[in-house]
Amino acid sequence: MMTAALAEKPSKFAHKHLLGLEHLTAEEIELILDNAAAMKEIFTRTVKKVPTLRGKTVCNLFFENSTRTRTSFEIAAKRLSADVVNFNVATSSVAKGESLLDTARTIQAMGVDFVVMRHSCPGTPHLLSKRLNMSVINAGDGAHEHPTQGLLDVFTMREKKGRITGLKVAIVGDISHSRVARSNIWALTKLGAQVRLVGPATLVPREFEKLGCEIHYDLRKGIEDADVVNLLRIQLERQRKNLFPSIREYRLLYGLTRERLSWAKPDVLIMHPGPVNRGVEISQDVADGDHSVINEQVTNGIAVRMAVLYLLSGESATEANA
Amino acid sequence: MGKLIIRNARVIDPASGRDEIASIVVADGVIEHVGADTNSPHADVIDATGLVACPGFIDVHTHLREPGREDKETIASGTRAAAAGGFTTICAIPNTSPVIDSQTGLKFILSRAESDAVVNVIPYASVTRCQQGEEIVEFGDLVHYGARGFTDDGHPIMNAEIMRRALEYSAMFDVPILDHCEDIHLAGEGVVHEGFYSTKLGLKGIPPLAESVQVARDVELAAFTRGRLHIMHVSKRQSLPHIRRAKAEGVRVTAEVTPHHLTLTDAALESFDTNLKVNPPIGDAADRDALISALLDDTIDCIATDHAPHTDIEKDQPFVDAPYGMVGLETAFPVLYTSLVKSGLVPLRKLLEKMTIGPARVLGLEPRGSLAVGAPADIVLLNLSQEVQITPDFFFSKSFNSPWLGSTLTGAVIMTVVSGKLVYSHRQIIEK
Repeated sequence: MMTAALAEKPSKFAHKHLLGLEHLTAEEIELILDNAAAMKEIFTRTVKKVPTLRGKTVCNLFFENSTRTRTSFEIAAKRLSADVVNFNVATSSVAKGESLLDTARTIQAMGVDFVVMRHSCPGTPHLLSKRLNMSVINAGDGAHEHPTQGLLDVFTMREKKGRITGLKVAIVGDISHSRVARSNIWALTKLGAQVRLVGPATLVPREFEKLGCEIHYDLRKGIEDADVVNLLRIQLERQRKNLFPSIREYRLLYGLTRERLSWAKPDVLIMHPGPVNRGVEISQDVADGDHSVINEQVTNGIAVRMAVLYLLSGESATEANA
Repeated sequence: MGKLIIRNARVIDPASGRDEIASIVVADGVIEHVGADTNSPHADVIDATGLVACPGFIDVHTHLREPGREDKETIASGTRAAAAGGFTTICAIPNTSPVIDSQTGLKFILSRAESDAVVNVIPYASVTRCQQGEEIVEFGDLVHYGARGFTDDGHPIMNAEIMRRALEYSAMFDVPILDHCEDIHLAGEGVVHEGFYSTKLGLKGIPPLAESVQVARDVELAAFTRGRLHIMHVSKRQSLPHIRRAKAEGVRVTAEVTPHHLTLTDAALESFDTNLKVNPPIGDAADRDALISALLDDTIDCIATDHAPHTDIEKDQPFVDAPYGMVGLETAFPVLYTSLVKSGLVPLRKLLEKMTIGPARVLGLEPRGSLAVGAPADIVLLNLSQEVQITPDFFFSKSFNSPWLGSTLTGAVIMTVVSGKLVYSHRQIIEK
């Protein structure tokens, strides 16, 4: 059933959990991207489904609101024929004061194989992975990491540009509070891209220079000659904490318009992890323009998540091909 | 009470500078003689060959949790942990439930200590009623009933006017205000030290300024009011110049540092171990090095544990939800000996000074903290080559929230003597 391109054995991926990209090697990241490319081929079929994870159960355990990421994982798991359950935290025993670990132990006792977790606190998927036997996939832990988003972003860049090495990638916005930025930084620097972080000084800590990034407070300098501009959502709650004075000023200083797009390379890719604040960090025409790959990122997200589930399953290639 | 002779120990008394093989003779709970051996047929004898004997440790910063959170610690369990850690005098922080802010609360602590404690317990009271930072407590009455210091530890006194009046008023009774220096606005929602690791791990940072601006404010207020100020758990290098300058100018200021701030750095946070979540947060390597230097040059007067027991239920949570604090009484000596003395950073005598006569001077407890003739016979015997394994079973405390769980350290507390009575010996509490 599976394509020949998916012959890479999952056993090459010696991890039980996907907690972040920081601790993966460039080769491991490339292995995931290669497998995602093979998965994406399935989407063109009339029956977009393979039996790879038949009999496995995936549980989405989201302690923060998310529709797109949760749905993306759900579709990815279903295309691999896994059973998917969504644990609704708001109406569960968590609301009755049950501890996080007890909730997770309950899910484990029900025979779940993969838990896909989102939590507002950094390190929470790590806590689960230390205490439980299930595979844990981090779907975002506070401002720490969002590994599948980082993977789908580099997958999209590689697909469009044919390479990552040597690309100039500008990430613009609230870097400080962004797990997307951190996972992108790890993947991009490991794969040899040049990363620039662009935004106001209050949202772009200098400490990121130690991770090999350039820091820019000026949008023009930040996106000059860039191959990729990845825009992050700016959140109004940061303004309430005086991290920037107003949405108006943010748009004036950092909003990406068609006119400003000319500062970057002529074939620049415009990316955004969503949800997009149209008219704030990105103008309507840029979001919908020729350079934008925002919708393709969403499609690729499913392929990447399928590849992650497949590689973590530890199934042998033979079985997967059965 | 009869005689006790501790024979053939390496006696180190930092207060007098003594460091020699000698015997300590105790009679009726006080030091009678230190020096050459004497024969006394009716004395109990401890052969301390190969051990160090020094004054019992004094901790000016211990959370005993009773009343209110007896599931974490009690005066009974906390003083047993103290004895096992070589501490013969500990000072109870008043942030209990209810807060110790009145004669009634103080009398409860003293009566529980009388019935349950195996080491000396010195009570503190809060600076303001219920630690609300609004109205100062009845310092005169509380001093009369035994409070030796005043602190709103855990609840920074943000209003400088309140702090000014507290320092001014308490100076009449010559008692220190022990301040937890933290600007709560600068600290914000931070949970760890703001720096490379907070940035990398996405954990919200507390800037070092949150401490240093309050230290700067406090030493100004102490200079102006001539009150007695003690800076609790100094943790950032930016705070040290303020203390150093104030001391040089004769301001009545003292300072403490914890074993964890002297030995750990924020790099350890990569593990997301909630036992590393403490307030003030553990700083970076430059902070740790500056704190060690400040201990050596006496900018910092003493080591205090900030023993803060929490249940494993509370610590086994997402990092942001876990409470601040780690236990410290039982790990203090092995941690400090292993990280500072064995590594050659701090001489043994200096370390012992900062755990004995140093804290005694902060509170004016001398001759406690020394082996002077006539001093209460509070003595600890240490084995400097013995290894200790830090496991949950290692702890006499009700809690074991320690980042050193699973590690092997060097330097063991062998026996602890309080007022001439053996209270701890070879991993056993000697019950009354």
